[in-house]
Amino acid sequence: MEDKRTAWERLQLIHTKGRPTIKDYIPQIFTDWYEMHGDRLFGDDRAIIGGIARLDGMPVTIIAEVKGRDLNENKACNFAMPHPEGYRKALRIARQAEKFHRPVICFIDTPGAFCGVAAEERGQGEAIAKNIAEFMTLRTPIVSIVLGEGGSGGALALGVCDELAMLENAEYSVLSPRGFASILWKDASREQEASEIMKITAEDMVRLGVAEAIIEEPLGGAHNDLDKISENIKEYLSQKIPEKCKKDIDVLLKERYTKFRKIGAFTE
Amino acid sequence: MFEDFFNVVKKRWGEGEEEYKPPMFKCPRCQGLSPLSKYEELRRVCPKCNYHGRLSSNERIAITVDKESFRELNGRMKGADPLNFPDYPEKQAELRASTGLSDAVITGTATIKGSPVVIGVMDSRFMMGSMGSVVGEKITRAFEYATEHKLPVVMFTASGGARMQEGIVSLMQMAKTSGAVKLHSEAGGLYISVMTDPTTGGVTASFASLGDIIIAEPKVLIGFAGRRVIEGTIKQKLPDDFQLAEFMYSKGFVDMIVERRKLRSVLSHLLKLHGYTPKEA
Repeated sequence: MEDKRTAWERLQLIHTKGRPTIKDYIPQIFTDWYEMHGDRLFGDDRAIIGGIARLDGMPVTIIAEVKGRDLNENKACNFAMPHPEGYRKALRIARQAEKFHRPVICFIDTPGAFCGVAAEERGQGEAIAKNIAEFMTLRTPIVSIVLGEGGSGGALALGVCDELAMLENAEYSVLSPRGFASILWKDASREQEASEIMKITAEDMVRLGVAEAIIEEPLGGAHNDLDKISENIKEYLSQKIPEKCKKDIDVLLKERYTKFRKIGAFTE
Repeated sequence: MFEDFFNVVKKRWGEGEEEYKPPMFKCPRCQGLSPLSKYEELRRVCPKCNYHGRLSSNERIAITVDKESFRELNGRMKGADPLNFPDYPEKQAELRASTGLSDAVITGTATIKGSPVVIGVMDSRFMMGSMGSVVGEKITRAFEYATEHKLPVVMFTASGGARMQEGIVSLMQMAKTSGAVKLHSEAGGLYISVMTDPTTGGVTASFASLGDIIIAEPKVLIGFAGRRVIEGTIKQKLPDDFQLAEFMYSKGFVDMIVERRKLRSVLSHLLKLHGYTPKEA
């Protein structure tokens, strides 16, 4: 293991050009990938993809936020910032998984839900709220992995799960450090300072009970060895998915509720 | 000297009225000025444009539920400091002293024209009604209590969103509260969400938007992203009515817009329509 990087160093690292995205991982980890399109209500959001594939031969449902690897890809996927129809597509595909008894694997990688006029008009808040509530009682196992950025409600909309894993350098936060600095101190330039006090690293997530596992990245970060990082992710999923599938679904749902139920700090 | 002249003019304009400047209310929506007493008399409704201003949680409870029916739940719960965030404990202590609140929400049981309810009221005076651990826990417990006792929930939301000082722990309160709403819903319970000024961010993206019935007060702010954030993204000024209750209503995210003076009666009717009738005396 390398010396632990600071939160700020990790933020730089996950924004490195060449950091693998879900598009790199799917062919490495899964077989028979079929993508499904659209929320059946409005359109097909390219910031979230979903579909069916096999993990070690077993049918699974994949839902993932998509980062682009270059400007053109980023334009197409709106820099991984979903609109409401993206979250609604995710829910539709999750419901399909429930019907056909497939476990759901969510890959989180977003700066946050898109902030724009159309997103507000189509109910960004409602779409996220609905996913959070519905995933809580979805009667099939859900495992989520944060690949890079876990930005706010836009991440949580795919983050209600039985177990959450973080890639070693991934972050999960209530808001981007930049936004955080500008809201709290009215000074966006203090983002480095914000990143350090916000507690956003994989280790912070485990300590705070938000994540259960950390997936180790190759030396220097995921972009240095796609085969290795894919192997690590696959190893994690190959162990977790069968484990969760063996559990009685009512027990699993109770544990899922409890996982979130106990997060918080207060006195009485 | 100039001031004297000005007073003379004002006296003439006022047609002999006593020279008295009443405290004024400037409406954040229409920018209109009205006497503060008039605004207060209307229970903080702008006489010019019908903007429904902010009430404290105690005032809200007083005008909503039957006299002496409110019993607070978890009233002693106080916030901690999960991230060791600079100055956060001091800030909370200060606000507890100045507002008399323990945090940004009050929950409890009450009756509305005889119908029993679990009620929650957020208070924007406490860190902009932001949702940290205490808000998340009290709301979750309120829904769990309602599920257990087969009661409906009426929730008045007023929040700027997540409690920044609690970081990711604050974000997780969205999952916690929404989960409790879902279980209450699966048990057949009625949940009426009443959006008041302002309902934004993580509260909009969790329990506020999950009501079986969603009511909003006129002209209140409802949205997910902040106006300035959106203006920064699109590099344009947004229209004045963007994200107001009426806008969200026209887009299909609010069932009805109800004036404050009619709210208690509307709530009572809706509760009775769902079979929550007053207990026999």
